[in-house]
Amino acid sequence: MVTARRKPIATDTVGLALAHDSAALHVSGAATYIDDMREPEGLLHVVPGFAREGARGKIKSIDLDAVRSYPGVIAVYTHKDIPGHNDCSPSIGGDPILAVDAIEFHSQVIFAVAAVTRDAARRAARLARIEIAAEKPAVTVDDAVAMKTKDVLPPYEFRRRDVKPALKASPNRFGETFLIGGQEHFYLEGQVSMAIPEEGGAMTVYTSTQHPTEVQHLMARMLGIPDALVTCECRRMGGAFGGKESQAAQWAALAVLTAHHTGRPAKCRLDRDEDMTMTGKRHDFRATYEAGFDKTGRVTAVDVEFLSRCGYSADLSGPINDRTMFHADNTYFYPACRIATRRLKTHTVSNTAFRGFGGPQGMIFSERMMDAIAIKLGLDPLDVRKRNLYAKGRDVTPYGMKLEDNIALDVIEQLEASSDYRARREAVNAFNAKSGILRKGLALTPVKFGISFTLTHLNQAGALVHVYTDGSVHLNHGGTEMGQGLYTKVAQVVAEEFGITAGRVRITATTTAKVPNTSATAASSGSDLNGMAAKAAASTIKSRLVAFAARNWKVAKSRIRFEKGQVIIGNQSISFGDLAKKAHQARISLSSTGYYATPKVAWDRDKAKGRPFYYFAYGAACAEVTIDTLTGEMRTDRVDILHDVGRSLNPALDIGQIEGGFVQGMGWLTTEELVFDEQGRLRTHAPSTYKIPCASDVPEDFRVKLYESKGNRENTIHRSKAVGEPPLMLGIAVWSAIFNALAGLNPGKVPPLDAPATAEAILRAVKAVQS
Amino acid sequence: MQTVLDYLRLEEKSRGTKEGCNEGDCGACTVALGSLRNGQIVYEPVNACILLMGQLDGKDLVAVDDLADGNTLHPVQQAMVDMHGAQCGFCTPGFIMSLFTLYHAGHRPTRQEIVDHIAGNLCRCTGYRPIVDAGLASCTGKAIDKWARGAKSATETLSLLNDGSDLMIADGHGFLAVPSNPDTLATLAAANPDATIVAGSTDVSLWITKQLRTLPKIIHIGAVQSLHEIGDTPQRLSLGAAVTYAEAEPHLTKIDHDIGEVLRRLGSKQVRASGTVGGNIANGSPIGDMPPMLIALGATLHLRHGGTTRQLPLEDFFLAYGKQDRKPGELVWRVDIPKLKAGEHFRGYKIAKRFDQDISAVMAAFKFTLNGRDIETARVAFGGMAATPKRAPYTEKALAGASLDDASTWSAAISALTDDYQPISDMRASAAYRRDVAQSLLRKALMEISGAAKDTRVTGIRGEAA
Repeated sequence: MVTARRKPIATDTVGLALAHDSAALHVSGAATYIDDMREPEGLLHVVPGFAREGARGKIKSIDLDAVRSYPGVIAVYTHKDIPGHNDCSPSIGGDPILAVDAIEFHSQVIFAVAAVTRDAARRAARLARIEIAAEKPAVTVDDAVAMKTKDVLPPYEFRRRDVKPALKASPNRFGETFLIGGQEHFYLEGQVSMAIPEEGGAMTVYTSTQHPTEVQHLMARMLGIPDALVTCECRRMGGAFGGKESQAAQWAALAVLTAHHTGRPAKCRLDRDEDMTMTGKRHDFRATYEAGFDKTGRVTAVDVEFLSRCGYSADLSGPINDRTMFHADNTYFYPACRIATRRLKTHTVSNTAFRGFGGPQGMIFSERMMDAIAIKLGLDPLDVRKRNLYAKGRDVTPYGMKLEDNIALDVIEQLEASSDYRARREAVNAFNAKSGILRKGLALTPVKFGISFTLTHLNQAGALVHVYTDGSVHLNHGGTEMGQGLYTKVAQVVAEEFGITAGRVRITATTTAKVPNTSATAASSGSDLNGMAAKAAASTIKSRLVAFAARNWKVAKSRIRFEKGQVIIGNQSISFGDLAKKAHQARISLSSTGYYATPKVAWDRDKAKGRPFYYFAYGAACAEVTIDTLTGEMRTDRVDILHDVGRSLNPALDIGQIEGGFVQGMGWLTTEELVFDEQGRLRTHAPSTYKIPCASDVPEDFRVKLYESKGNRENTIHRSKAVGEPPLMLGIAVWSAIFNALAGLNPGKVPPLDAPATAEAILRAVKAVQS
Repeated sequence: MQTVLDYLRLEEKSRGTKEGCNEGDCGACTVALGSLRNGQIVYEPVNACILLMGQLDGKDLVAVDDLADGNTLHPVQQAMVDMHGAQCGFCTPGFIMSLFTLYHAGHRPTRQEIVDHIAGNLCRCTGYRPIVDAGLASCTGKAIDKWARGAKSATETLSLLNDGSDLMIADGHGFLAVPSNPDTLATLAAANPDATIVAGSTDVSLWITKQLRTLPKIIHIGAVQSLHEIGDTPQRLSLGAAVTYAEAEPHLTKIDHDIGEVLRRLGSKQVRASGTVGGNIANGSPIGDMPPMLIALGATLHLRHGGTTRQLPLEDFFLAYGKQDRKPGELVWRVDIPKLKAGEHFRGYKIAKRFDQDISAVMAAFKFTLNGRDIETARVAFGGMAATPKRAPYTEKALAGASLDDASTWSAAISALTDDYQPISDMRASAAYRRDVAQSLLRKALMEISGAAKDTRVTGIRGEAA
């Protein structure tokens, strides 16, 4: 059951539950993804090649003769064929496009083969004979600690007061270590790029990426040519979730390299297994903490250290681990704390952005700690949570940002009432008192997620709007469409500005040729940034039209309105198209760029002080589960969600993000398990072995509501709030409910449950608490 | 041998059908396949990525690009738009085609039926709720689209195509044979012991799409009508080698509810429409779901080599990992499954990371023959616990004489499982978990049958105690 309440706001299109702009194309198979584009003549297909054995070590020998001579093969490339910079790192370097003299993880790309068919390229790639002087890889966080690998980045921490004496002075203390698993993105459309060589050494790249600008810049550096010679375009992605933020570049690079050398168009599309072994995932963590608390469950001191598996290179591990720290408090005030992270190097694929960007790992720690405190004191976990919320006088985060928009308590209490939490707690207790094979658990957990890129300069965006003389509108901006409905929301914003329907706004593919120097569509920022930039562009054109109409019809500007496709000018009305035509005849420009930079944000990382976030998005979820104490199997019985999107730009799309995010978060913490073997090979590299939720994992009783908000207190686009990432962390409620069911087996004992809570992990915890 | 997905995308350039995994696990490539059943055309969802072109012989193929009628969307397409069932849109064509077959199922499905029907379609964006709602809104039981209107002529066309003749496509390198005559099939297989025998190809296709193996000789058994025969008598159920899970499901479910529950979760609608019980036996997988249940029930396997037939207890067919008691050129022909008699009780449990469409970590099956409240004999078989589906002789022995009313008489049998099985650790489960859960499942079966516990399952519902 879902309620998409329509907001009573005075708008024509903003706030309407319009369908995704491509919905009719999606359902008819007519939405064009990169692999669906008509292939240009002479297209070559590129497949990456790697050493079948070995995860770490010097490349002793490479024999590619059989690859080269395979029928249909046109070229085979190694690092020696890269004319410019052999690196596709989004940060500090260290991500060779093609490995040079050693590999650092199993399936690291060493060569690329281009052939006239993809089938030929795939077959040829397997004929390579590569010998690796294999050394023992550090596969897990524990391996990295034991083998003392050099961290990919320096450690970092937040401190408030001196935590050691504060812990010592605490009436109660509890500490433990637990593991938080990683997560494969499993976007349905795998990584894919197609490069077209253009005249004068230029290159056009169609790529499935959240970050066309970065791909453009990396391609230019690889070829040693100016950025201006490379154009990167993306109309839509078949899912991304962070997995196409930095890690789309390598596959674009292989296509571009081939196009550069052969002068022929080239496409690189990864097979699912190779996509899963060759691209990074959500970071897995080992978290160790000690908490001090009083007898009411209120936290007095927290000392927590996160050790993350970053893989072989830095990629985006810096800001990801920072965000873990930014969310290790979630909605709770820690009077004294140390929040520390180490960014460990392992000989595994480089972990990367994934919806929540480190935040979920920080947040699950805080929720685990609340649950553990409740168990230790015999209190209801929800009471412990409420007692620890940020509040007046307790409203400064561990990184020194004052919380100004805290609505956590209201969200929690509304959900507590609407989900009937207290009565259901009684019912769960009664069920468990029968002490059968099945046990129930119930949890209500909040989410507070910081909105803005923590690297402050990324908080900017551009847009380009044209009005044609028939009144139709062409819209372009720097954000990318991955299914979240960004294009639809921004079109609604522009339509609103001109008083026309969203259908009159033609949405066009994101391209570096129209809007330059963009940030990745990431950090939930797409609508906030691009919506504002597009509004600015539309508003510039609109003000020119208003000035023209006022002059032409000799009417005060205040008496001109744009609504329902018409422009009301004093006592007369003219269609938007006619006004555009007349303005054009009067030589008024009907095209404008728009630009936006988020105000107020400033973060001094060295001092660990400032305001990294413009605002916070809030939500809460209540989950009830049943576990089987004989097998560890688990079923989610019911989920209630209340989530804050400010004033919704489009309630249908927002509900879609909330439901989808929740299910993805639930998957991360339950069935989705990444298994590497001792040789560092990923064993779960296909949907046959890596299990994302399917329809039956979603409870039939699933109640999702938007929080009734008066609007974002900050001046965001139509007072809405970002919604991409925050709902993922609503899934923590399911994990916490499992924890709750386990805790009921032996009151007072904290279950040693790791994430993901697979049946195996649950049964292990059952046995541990019962022993 | 080309897959239907490659044919659609590369030859026809019909690109509505998407490649998500190329191994039949995500459903993005789902197409509808119309087959004649008792003179009626029946549409089933199948994964085009693991369907070989030769399997299309005599079938009606419907892909997502065909659905809209000019500018008018098909009812399932319109419902997906109305319910906001597509976000990134890449999985959407597969869902549309799965729902299209449900639209043609002839009845209004429940929410649970829809969820079961789309278990083989993965969506990473929506969380499924709006897709299920689209199914509820559009699958009303009354089909009024162009396939409903054209059913009569399509039936006639398929009848003409299914003329009982043998099909053989060959070139200098190899052949694809689709014989209709059972003797032709047996002779051909015996004469070509190196040929790959294919029924549903849900397994063999991965040799092609993932291992890039070339299979020069393929013999498809699906056109032999007698191999589709189901013999259902009060004493036993007999399944021909080409009987799909979908066809066998109602008959197997009648033997025991648990078999139906395992079948509901086995593979997906797509896999069950193509895959066969015979194939699950013939490929000898240690983690197949059917063999342990069939072994516990005491099934007999019939094989045919040329003109010679023989039969053996199913458990004797599995010799070692990847090795079965089957001569090259010999065919799995039929399996006979005795039904439960009075005093016999069956239990089957599938343990996997995900309930639906997952390969078992452990598959347990038990048949207890009771004398009053005492166990007279027991047949116990497990999958995922050894290199083959395997019986548990020590456990069976220890169960004989145990009392349902005295749990202390169960413990010897529960411990004996560690003598019967030495499981391994892999990506699905650790050896320790497999051992623990195997013991738990035997305990659970005894608790259920004895009536010592109610509410024993988190999924599916188990009925009566003994």
